[in-house]
This record gives sequence, structure tokens and C-alpha cells, in this order.
Amino acid sequence: MEFNSVAEFLAMGHHGLYIWLSYGLTAVIIAFNVAQPLLRRRRLLKEQAQRLRREKKHAPQA
Amino acid sequence: MSDALCFGGGVKTQLIAVVVMWQWLKQLYHRLGSPKWFYEITTGWIPWLAVLSVVGTVVGLVMGLLYAPADYLQGNSFRIIYIHVPAALLAQSAFMMMAVAGAVYLIWRMKMAAWVAKVIAPVGASFCLIALLTGAIWGKPTWGTWWVWDARLTSMLLLLFLYFGVMALQQAMESEDSAYRAGAILSLVGLVNIPIIKYSVEWWNTLHQPATLKLTEKPSMHPDMLIPLLIMIVTTYVFFALLIILRTRNEILWHERKRSWVKQILES
Amino acid sequence: MSLVTATIRRDLLLAARNPGEWLNPLMFFLMVAALFPLAVDPDPTFLSKIAGGVIWVAALLATLLSLDALYKADVDDGSLEQWLASGESLYAMSLGKALVHWCISGLPLTLMAPVLGLMLALPEDAYWALILSLAVGTPVLSLLGAVGAALTAGVRSGGLLLSLLILPLYIPVLIFAASAVYHAGIGMAWNGQIGFLGAMLALALCLTPFASAAALKLNLSR
Repeated sequence: MEFNSVAEFLAMGHHGLYIWLSYGLTAVIIAFNVAQPLLRRRRLLKEQAQRLRREKKHAPQA
Repeated sequence: MSDALCFGGGVKTQLIAVVVMWQWLKQLYHRLGSPKWFYEITTGWIPWLAVLSVVGTVVGLVMGLLYAPADYLQGNSFRIIYIHVPAALLAQSAFMMMAVAGAVYLIWRMKMAAWVAKVIAPVGASFCLIALLTGAIWGKPTWGTWWVWDARLTSMLLLLFLYFGVMALQQAMESEDSAYRAGAILSLVGLVNIPIIKYSVEWWNTLHQPATLKLTEKPSMHPDMLIPLLIMIVTTYVFFALLIILRTRNEILWHERKRSWVKQILES
Repeated sequence: MSLVTATIRRDLLLAARNPGEWLNPLMFFLMVAALFPLAVDPDPTFLSKIAGGVIWVAALLATLLSLDALYKADVDDGSLEQWLASGESLYAMSLGKALVHWCISGLPLTLMAPVLGLMLALPEDAYWALILSLAVGTPVLSLLGAVGAALTAGVRSGGLLLSLLILPLYIPVLIFAASAVYHAGIGMAWNGQIGFLGAMLALALCLTPFASAAALKLNLSR
């Protein structure tokens, strides 16, 4: 282990700001990349299921 | 079969091996071309890829951030390498994959390839952005400014422009087919250009008093520093595969929404 | 007379009858170069250092400006469909179109550049490097730009999009050409850079017409 305490780990020998800033920004971009397809899938399934139900309902009348 | 290929046991066995491989490739090609097959087989992969990505990231970062020794010149700031280098490598290979998938669509009109090429663009661009941001932040403690016209950072910036171009072109096209084809042509032109751009930027950089301290060029890295880096690189590729699969599945669901197998999924 | 030579002749004739087509980019070239002394510093020693780069950036922008119209008229009036139906090689056709574009943009830029050199206090030794780099470099700009023009011909307001696509691809030409002019100005060897520009020209001559031809076919399936 390179660091003796949590505070020392967070400070990263005066480079803490740069390290945690770059890791933080990366985490935000990664989170966005993960969330986007998952949300789109959810919306897609919901919308298409709705469309399917609607078509079924109207099919006999047509 | 592999023995015959490796040790060349006679012309006949080699020929058989070639034929077998060709048949296998043809089968793989037809399967890959089938959205249904892709969707069904990747359903089981997703949890594994997700677990691998998380475990790899945790192991790599714990080793990199906690156990790797500080760099003798750059101190702790070198720990940014564990995201900067994997992201930069991935951004470059993603462009290549996008161009290859685009070429497959241009030549064989395989819809799956077009969808894969389309979904790679934003993911590749975001990794390119990560590499640029972390490179700029890393530059601050190393060179004293947020941005230095370093060869690697500059070619990353140009790669980001190329990604933007492909994405903007795809969005501007009216029909879906011409969007895919235009994107494929542009990414192929970009692919030929990338080595020329990289070379010219490196040459240009040596002319203008290069930054004496290169961010990532090390004569030899200590294994304690190198192993977490390798873990992070592999993990990034696994994670990229996961993202591409997730997005491609969405494309499949959307484009095949009127097929019966998708309807079954929707009803369940 | 083949369709390709006929098209080249027609385009050159059109340009001759409608001088705005090639004069406007030239005036733009002049104006952009004039902005730098006004915006940065009119001091000759400073200007002579940046002159090559400024002239090249201005030439690059002027080329981009004139590219937008390269295939627009042919798509709108149906000439493009005629070419495709004629069975004429699209490779030769796109090569011809790029050649015409160079004749009405790159060539006048090359001829006018020495005047700009005077205005920007370009060192005396650098004139030949400037002219040669433009003569070898601007055809590459036309050839690469023709790919972008073919890709965006069917897009409404494709001009800005075209610049977005093509500018990153122009970087290597810009780097080597500007460095040739700069090195000539400080009395160093500059033949290597011209050699690289020549290699890029050879590569662009062979490869870009394929991409242009593939891109032109896109405009039919609309």
C-alpha cells in the first residue's frame, strides 16, 4: 500500500485535484454511456408494447 | 484442424482445413447477419460482460491507485494513466471497427453491420473525449498549463473532429440507408487518413520544441505500474463490447419491431 | 467526345461566363489574409514569421468555400443521373470534376499567393516554396474536398457540414505546406515537405475518386 491514511490517499501528494477531477469526469461520461442505452431500451419496450396492444384492440373492427 | 494449420501436414489436410474454415466463416457470417440470432445469443452475455467490467475496473483501479508506486518524476499525477491510455487506445480502435463495419455494409449490405457502425460512433467519440479531458488535466501538473500542443493530444483532438464529422453527416442524411452509406464512406476515408494525420502531427511536434516530458512514453514501466494498466486496457475493451451490444440490441428491437419474434418479447 | 471531357469543358465554360464562381473565393482569400495584420500585429518581422501559415489557412478556407457548389448543380438538374445511366466510369468523372475545381480555385489561388506574400512581408527566399507548395497542395485539397462535396450534395445547407467533414482531413497538407514555406523563409531545406505533399497528391489521385464515386451514388437513392 502506497498510502498510510485515507486523507493521504485523497490528497495524492498535492495532485489530488487533478486525479479526482479526471476520474470524476470519466465516471460522469461512463455513467451517461451506460444510462443512455438502458433508458432507451426501457422506453422502446414500453412504446412498442403499447403500439401492439393498440393494434390488437383495433384489429377486429378494421 | 489447428494442427494441420500449424504444422502443415500435407497439402490435402491443409486444403480440407481451408474448406472447413471457409464453411465456418460463411456460417458465422450468416449468423451475424441475423438480428434475431445476435439478440438471442447476447442476452446471456450481458450479465457476464457487466460483471467482468465492474470486477476489472475495481481490481485495476485498486492496484493502480493504491498499490502502484508513485512516478519518480510526475509523482502521483501519473495515476491518470489508468484511464487516459485505455480510453485513447479504445477511441482509435473504435474508429477502425466503425470503418470496417461500414465497409461490410457498403459491400454486402448487411444491416447488422450498419447498425453496429452507427452505434460505435457516439461511444467512440465519448472515449475520445475522456482521453482528451484526462490528457488536458494531466497536463496541468506536468507542464503547468491545461493545454499543450502535444502530439498525442493533438491527434486525439483531430480524431474527435473525425468522429464529429461522421456523426454530423449521419444525422444530416434524410434516408436511413444513405446515412449509413455516407457514414461508412467518410469513416473509410478517415481511416486511411488517421495514420497520415498521426505521422504529420508527430513530425510537426518535433519541429516546435516538443514538451520534454512525455505523458505516457516510458522507457520501461515498473510491473507494479504496468499490470494495472494492462488490466484497465482489457477491461475497457470488455466494457466497450458491452456498450456496443446494448446499443445494437436497441437498434434491433426498433428495426425489427414488426417481426413476430420481437412481438413475443414485447408481449411477455 | 466522351462524357467526361464534355463535362469538364462545360464546367470550365460555365466558370468563364460566370466569373463570380471563381472570383469570390479569391476575394475571400485576399480578405482573410488582410485580417491578420489588422487583428494581430502589422509589424513586418512578426508578419514574415506567420505569413506562410496565414496564406495557407486562407487558401484552405477559400477552397472550402468554393467546394459546396461542386456537385450541387449536377444533382439538381439531373446531370448526375445522366452520368450514372450513361455507364461512364464514375471514377473518371469525379477525377474530372476535382480537376475542374482545382482549375477554378487552386490554380488562381496559387497565382495570386505571391501578392499576398508581399502584403504579409513573406521572406524573399520563401516565394518559390509558397508557389510550389500551393501548386502541389491545392490539388489534394480539391480531391479530398470533392469527396465531401459528393457526400453532402444531397443535403440541404450542406456547406457547413462539408467544412466539418473535410477540415480534419486537410490537417496533414496544412502542416507540411506551411512548414515548407516557413523553412524556406529561414533558409532551411524545404524539399522534404514538398516531397510529402507530392506523395499525398499521388495517394489522393489514386484513392479519393473511388470514395467520390461511391458517395455520388448516394444521391440517386433519394
